[in-house]
Amino acid sequence: MFPSNFEYRSPASVDEALALLAEHEDAKVLAGGQSLIPLMKLRFAAPAMLVDIGRIPGLDTLAEEGGSLRIGALVRNRQLERSDVVSDRYPTVAAAAPLISDPVVRNQGTLVGSLCHADPQGDWGAVMLALGGSVVARSRAGGERVIPIGEFLEGPFTCSLRPDELAVEARVPDPGAEFAGTYLKLERKVGDFATVGVAVFVATDGGTVTRAGIGLTGVGATNLKATAAEQALVGNSLSDELIDEAARLAAEESDPRTDVRGSAEYKRDVVRVYVARGLRSVAAAPVS
Amino acid sequence: MTTVETAPSAEHPGWLGKSVPRIEDSRFIAGRGNYVEDVVLPNMLHMAILRSPYAHARINSIDSSAAMALPGVVAVVTGELLAQHNLAWMPTLSGDTQAVLATDKVRFQGQEVACVVAEDRYVAHDALELIEVDYEPLPAVVTPQQALEEGAPLIRDDKEGQADNRVYHWEAGDAAATEAAFAQADRVVSLSTFYPRSHPSPLECCGCIADVNPASGRATIWMTSQAPHAIRTVFALVAGLPEQNIQIISPDIGGGFGNKVPVYPGYVVATAASLLIGRPVKWIEDRTGNLISTGFARDFHMTGELALNGEGRMLGLRVKMLSDQGYAYADAQPSKFKAGLFHIVTGSYDIPAAHVVTDGAYTNKAPGGVAYRCSFRITEASFLIERLVNHAAVEIGMDPAEFRRRNFIQPDQFPYRSATGFVYDSGDYEPALDLALEQAGYAELRAEQQRRRAAGETKQLGIGIASMTEALGAGPSRDYDILGIKMFDSAELRVHPTGKAILKLGVRHQGQGHETTFAQIVAHELGIPPTDIVVQEGDTDNTPYGLGTYASRSTPTAGAAAALVARTLREKARKIAAYLLEVAEEDLEWEGDRFTVKGAPEKVKTIQEVAFAAYTNHPQGMDAGLEGVKYYDPPNLTFPFATYLAVVEVDTETGEWKPVKVVAVDDCGVRINPMIVEGQIMGGLTEGYAMAAMQQITFDSDGNCIGSNFMDYLIPTAMETPHFDLYDTCTPSPHHPLGCKGVGESATVGSPAAFVNAVVDAVSHLGVTNIDMPVLSSRVWEAVHAAQA
Amino acid sequence: MKQTITVTVNGSARTSGVEPRLLLVHYIREVLGLRGAHVGCDTTSCGVCTVLLDGLPVKSCTMFAVQADGRTITTVEGMATNGQLHPVQAAFHAEHGLQCGFCTPGMMLVAKAFLEENPDPTEEEIRWAISGNLCRCTGYQNIVKAVQAAAQNMKQTEVAQ
Repeated sequence: MFPSNFEYRSPASVDEALALLAEHEDAKVLAGGQSLIPLMKLRFAAPAMLVDIGRIPGLDTLAEEGGSLRIGALVRNRQLERSDVVSDRYPTVAAAAPLISDPVVRNQGTLVGSLCHADPQGDWGAVMLALGGSVVARSRAGGERVIPIGEFLEGPFTCSLRPDELAVEARVPDPGAEFAGTYLKLERKVGDFATVGVAVFVATDGGTVTRAGIGLTGVGATNLKATAAEQALVGNSLSDELIDEAARLAAEESDPRTDVRGSAEYKRDVVRVYVARGLRSVAAAPVS
Repeated sequence: MTTVETAPSAEHPGWLGKSVPRIEDSRFIAGRGNYVEDVVLPNMLHMAILRSPYAHARINSIDSSAAMALPGVVAVVTGELLAQHNLAWMPTLSGDTQAVLATDKVRFQGQEVACVVAEDRYVAHDALELIEVDYEPLPAVVTPQQALEEGAPLIRDDKEGQADNRVYHWEAGDAAATEAAFAQADRVVSLSTFYPRSHPSPLECCGCIADVNPASGRATIWMTSQAPHAIRTVFALVAGLPEQNIQIISPDIGGGFGNKVPVYPGYVVATAASLLIGRPVKWIEDRTGNLISTGFARDFHMTGELALNGEGRMLGLRVKMLSDQGYAYADAQPSKFKAGLFHIVTGSYDIPAAHVVTDGAYTNKAPGGVAYRCSFRITEASFLIERLVNHAAVEIGMDPAEFRRRNFIQPDQFPYRSATGFVYDSGDYEPALDLALEQAGYAELRAEQQRRRAAGETKQLGIGIASMTEALGAGPSRDYDILGIKMFDSAELRVHPTGKAILKLGVRHQGQGHETTFAQIVAHELGIPPTDIVVQEGDTDNTPYGLGTYASRSTPTAGAAAALVARTLREKARKIAAYLLEVAEEDLEWEGDRFTVKGAPEKVKTIQEVAFAAYTNHPQGMDAGLEGVKYYDPPNLTFPFATYLAVVEVDTETGEWKPVKVVAVDDCGVRINPMIVEGQIMGGLTEGYAMAAMQQITFDSDGNCIGSNFMDYLIPTAMETPHFDLYDTCTPSPHHPLGCKGVGESATVGSPAAFVNAVVDAVSHLGVTNIDMPVLSSRVWEAVHAAQA
Repeated sequence: MKQTITVTVNGSARTSGVEPRLLLVHYIREVLGLRGAHVGCDTTSCGVCTVLLDGLPVKSCTMFAVQADGRTITTVEGMATNGQLHPVQAAFHAEHGLQCGFCTPGMMLVAKAFLEENPDPTEEEIRWAISGNLCRCTGYQNIVKAVQAAAQNMKQTEVAQ
């Protein structure tokens, strides 16, 4: 309940933040703080310095530009919940946003921060995997690089950012003209981590699937992409049999562990049921 | 629910049955409640506790030198230091001993090992990290079955003569008669179930500020305590402080639910530290400390058997239980009853013979067991009988409501002596059941259930009933005491010259609305409006001795005392009125708040006028003033009852379920403030639902506690918690002065079985007969898959 | 090492020196002396510490006071104006939406902010809005009734104006 001491800096620009990260090895970035501060209170994390990016202008962009949805590092979950462009064009994001933690925590927490935290039970990682998203990182030494989400999420609580890098935004590619998506989450109560989470996205052309994304939460060492299931869908239309087959494949690709939330067999079966339900709901209501 | 009345009317005179808005609310809605955490004293120090990471380990050494060297640290207290003052161990409320700070061994994960006292709380927590403890881990005993196995590690090797991990053996009822009943049975049905370890977890954690003042010689301790007087006496006996110089103040308490009854090591160490240092010491635990070390609830393994005749009538009940007591027997319950009031287990049913056997075992877990709105383990009993009754109905192919109806104790059988020795004061169970069935639309629900089953729908409907009776208001002095102190309670009432009053009670509410309910009792007897009466509880210097608020005892005991002392004052007021009106006492009529002269109604003295006269114009030979104190020894417990009916929808593919309708019919006799009573019932239903759906504290094989924070120990939000439809019947208690029975815990006692019965019912056609709590979606799925295999 | 921060609290600017690690809830309770915000857990789960930061509910146990420098905070002590209870406060009392009172300040602030955004909510929306705030005593039903009553009251006041 009482964190250890640290130095606090509140830079006014990205460059200032990058300089601090370059000069201080044991510095962590503070945005929403809804994952970091709880760890510090329990003394599971004790960084020597916190670099608060909360006062840097320009990091709260939430807009479509250059073929992607840009989600700045300071875009709060609350904004994603209420955004028209998200609900119109990014239904997987729209379905997941209200299910992140609880409504008060969503006022502070950020999507980009959640990706950097890389909790295998975090919802946003699965959504980004399903949508083929990426993270834009900047550093003083290396300039800017765009990291595809599959590379970005390395392992439990490990992302591929270098210590001197700041994630400035996440990007989600334009869904195209015909698309649908959703996010299903089995949680024991509001605010719990997912027992199982399933992100689904399909882009279609006259009913034929051109792109498919299935991301899984809570059933692996990181968020997982159910690639075999995705590949089974591409080039076909979403029939009942195909949906069941994709669901079966996704369940096989998942790697859950038995714990207080349930047995591995249980979670695997929920993946199957939820992928099927997610695909059925998007088959019924594609947006074009 | 009928029109809400908040004051007397010509039609309904008096102050009973009036939903007076709460008098105590004004400070809470302004954010000015005075909780222990809010109290600040000059020169105050802060204490933090170092807890054991191991469930069972020898302590080889403790090095606190680095901690002591940290600027701002004033002291580090260890078991060794306390032992020098004979304070390393203390008695529990059940006559066992528990450690204040560990000396030789730690015996549960989270056990208190050392305390840092510092100028600042953040520094105190920095210092905790600097204390080096050399532990030698030992094998942990994690279940009571393990504990009782041959060759199990001995947990209480500190107790002379303790050769194993047995704590107690206790029986109730008649073994021979029960044996005979079972021999005659046409059918015997049995069910084994585990009531998991749960925790009351009020939102305010436990804490205290101990101010042992060297100048005055007095110890003032602000404490989150539901029973401050009893704690004061315990402190006097244990700490050797003279009782007249100990003042325990329980200010506003942010929820108790039984968690704030026991004496915790933190209170004792803070007091000892204050005594040694000469400055006030404040200790407020964190949530982890609360969940991992303070009074838990349940952890009861039960097997029940019901003997039935050919018509479905119950002939006998046999129950065998194994109780996980943690490492010390620290139940907060009347001393005569080793397993609390579990033997109420025959419940609402006329069962001629019953036999209950309980064994308690030590394990490497925190001590406790009797808490969380349990009415001294009646929750466990009620759960068992209502699950067993449901199971029996299914086994013999009878509708569960009908099966209950056939076996209810009938109205003409009251007062009813149960096979285990309780004398139920009054009851009328069938109307409550009927009202629940009617309001729920039972026939339609069963039809819909059939339709969905026939159609093989994914989402199935389940209906669960629990018709419980419990025993509240401990209790009569011949049978009830805690550590020898009898369980009376008290009320002291004083009316001031301007006709306002102060009522002081021996109980201590934690949100139950005493400042309004008890003012209404006095208002009802004396006519002084409730808003003219201040109710005080919790300061042991300024209130009469009582046993506190838990086990739904306040209205049955202190409420009775308040009514009776007010009547005594009314008798004196009558004398004064007669004197003022120059008539004989017999010529006076009492009309709610005034005396009038029979036949001359214009001759009136209000209670306010009488009060003024008590100080300014009282008859010669009479003491001035208008006050009294009453210590009430209840002649019996009170026996409220209820039928709870839960309707749930279960997703048979994922096991997820949610309640879609919850009907509660409660009968607690006369309701003083219906709004407050309903608030208690809704809170109780929510806690019942929480235990049924998601709450448990569990341990891995090394004794690591899973459930020591709110990410693991789940408390439902407004989204999971269902809407409740509340109804009532009224069967007054014949022995309570106002006809009231207790009610605060009823819904927590009775509703878990309704929810579990409902979920099991939803998947019974798939072969499921039992699912233990918490009924997580994963467990429903496992049960369905196991039954279908 | 202490840093100077200035926070506008219930309309007044307050300047203090605080350690960076001082949690916002401790700053509010101990430096400012406003004890309506409480501490109930270690995992950002319970919400009894909720205050409004620039008008939006935040869990003040999961923020540092230094993050609030230059910003506005409303606590329960700032809900009443000129001695008049806020409609949410009055409704909690009228509908018996509190018992022990420990969750009440946070719950009322969430309700206030929620009704400002959604003045005509359904029961489901109310339950959703308060799902970050735990209550052990009431079972939430009367809290929902209180928010509904406050919504009614606030709409009528608006109409009257």
